Amino acid sequence: MSPLLIGIYVFALAVFVGFEIITKIPPTLHTPLMSGANAVSGITIVGALFCARTADMTTANILGFLAILFAMINVVGGFMVTDRMLKMFGGKK
Amino acid sequence: MKALVAIIYLLASVLFILGLKKLTRVKSARNGNRLSSTAMLLAVVATLIDMGQVDYTFIIAGVVLGSAIGAIMATKVEMTSMPEMVAIFNGFGGGASLLVAASFLFEHAFAVNQPLTTAMALDTTITLFLSVLIGSVTLTGSLVAFGKLNGKISGQPILFPGNNVLNLLLVVGILGATVFAVGFNQDPHTGFIVSMVVIGLSCLLGILLVTPIGGADMPVVISLLNSYSGLAAAATGFVLANNMLIICGALVGASGLILTQIMCKAMNRSLANVLFGGFGQTDSAGGGGGGKDADAYPTVKNCGPEEAAMIFESAREVIIVPGYGLAVAQAQHATKELADLLIKNGANVRYAIHPVAGRMPGHMNVLLAESNVPHEQLYDLDQINDDFQNADVALILGANDVVNPAATKDPASPIHGMPVLKVWESKSVFVVKRSLSPGFAAIPNDLFNYDNNMMLFGDAKKILTQLVHELKEIVD
Repeated sequence: MSPLLIGIYVFALAVFVGFEIITKIPPTLHTPLMSGANAVSGITIVGALFCARTADMTTANILGFLAILFAMINVVGGFMVTDRMLKMFGGKK
Repeated sequence: MKALVAIIYLLASVLFILGLKKLTRVKSARNGNRLSSTAMLLAVVATLIDMGQVDYTFIIAGVVLGSAIGAIMATKVEMTSMPEMVAIFNGFGGGASLLVAASFLFEHAFAVNQPLTTAMALDTTITLFLSVLIGSVTLTGSLVAFGKLNGKISGQPILFPGNNVLNLLLVVGILGATVFAVGFNQDPHTGFIVSMVVIGLSCLLGILLVTPIGGADMPVVISLLNSYSGLAAAATGFVLANNMLIICGALVGASGLILTQIMCKAMNRSLANVLFGGFGQTDSAGGGGGGKDADAYPTVKNCGPEEAAMIFESAREVIIVPGYGLAVAQAQHATKELADLLIKNGANVRYAIHPVAGRMPGHMNVLLAESNVPHEQLYDLDQINDDFQNADVALILGANDVVNPAATKDPASPIHGMPVLKVWESKSVFVVKRSLSPGFAAIPNDLFNYDNNMMLFGDAKKILTQLVHELKEIVD
């Protein structure tokens, strides 16, 4: 099977897993869910790292650098702000 | 080495799923978030192993700078501004996917003077263009949503004649150009131009998809853009043939889509209606003038904090309905103060949270959590709606459309059929609001004319502080 086909299989199955899990999340946690999911979408960092692997000032490299920058803001900011919120939710226990 | 990398990627995927699963309960949610961030670290480490020894100049610069900016934003942001924060982060996610795709195009085609038809395998170029499309739409759409949320762009829907037709033409143009570039074009220079045109058109599409959507529909839009940012990551996964990226993207995509569905249901509207309807577009773009207000509200009564405090003093059952106005006024702490005082005075205080209260799903819950309101006191629409008839006082803080009786009583109303909180069944209703201007649905609220309703005009924080002060005088 070609990588593309395998990818489509994986995508379809993962969507179902996502649906099953996320329908169980209570409304109280919807905002942390969004910011947390946001951080996860920063997984594009994996692609970005590949794009900036030499020190040459080529367009490809500079675009790669910007991609890393964007993805890292997403990852670090997303996880930290989610943690900040969840700390408040847990604080009154 | 390849096998090791693959196994770490698998482990990271499992941790992402477990992290999400732990997010389904308040108690385990924080650990779930930690699991996800661990998974992210693993993914980055595995990628660095996979790449082998390379020059790290750009990588380190990007990671350090990006982390610093992200950390500062996450620490500084007010809880009231979470919707803007999530909107802009969605944009960064989409932007990263766009940049990765563009970088690939330059490296394999434009920089080496190759036409796209021979530079890469056909399935790679197709997924690259998909990445460009989704990434661009997410980026510019999120920027517009961000602007609308923080008031830099008018919250009113901007729908010009032919908007939807133009959007359709853009989609056709993007698809046509893509098919030409990846399937037929033999000239590298033309390939470059066409690719740039696709990026430009996609960015324009992102803008035009969000400008017609009004402020009240922002919860839907943010959820949808959240979903897009996931799809953008998945598209990058297809480009790299990396299943972990595809899994993460699919999870985020599904999450955003579910939230979108929940939000649409809470407004009794279809997604298509939200996206293409330009709902809430007023005929009188200048906003309700004084004369208009008087016409719509012949029997409105207002009162001062002293009067309200007396009624609150004798109330046993109080239900507080927070809305976007609470966020704007940053009144969450003042609300908690009032609630504490009422509880001390022997009242039972509960909060009724409408699913679309605020500007994003769960917005009110976060604000109230910030001021330490126990989440046991928070109730969903379905849980509490039948209890308003037993309530002595319903206190509406900066909410409007979600408590509009027209939704259940007036079949001619544009919001008829939307599930609303039946606050008018309480003995007394107090609406804290700055003026009589309509909510984002831009329709008058008949609640303000009801006999048992009193208006407390002013900034929510100020009014609540005065109310607490007056109440203390009576109680002590």
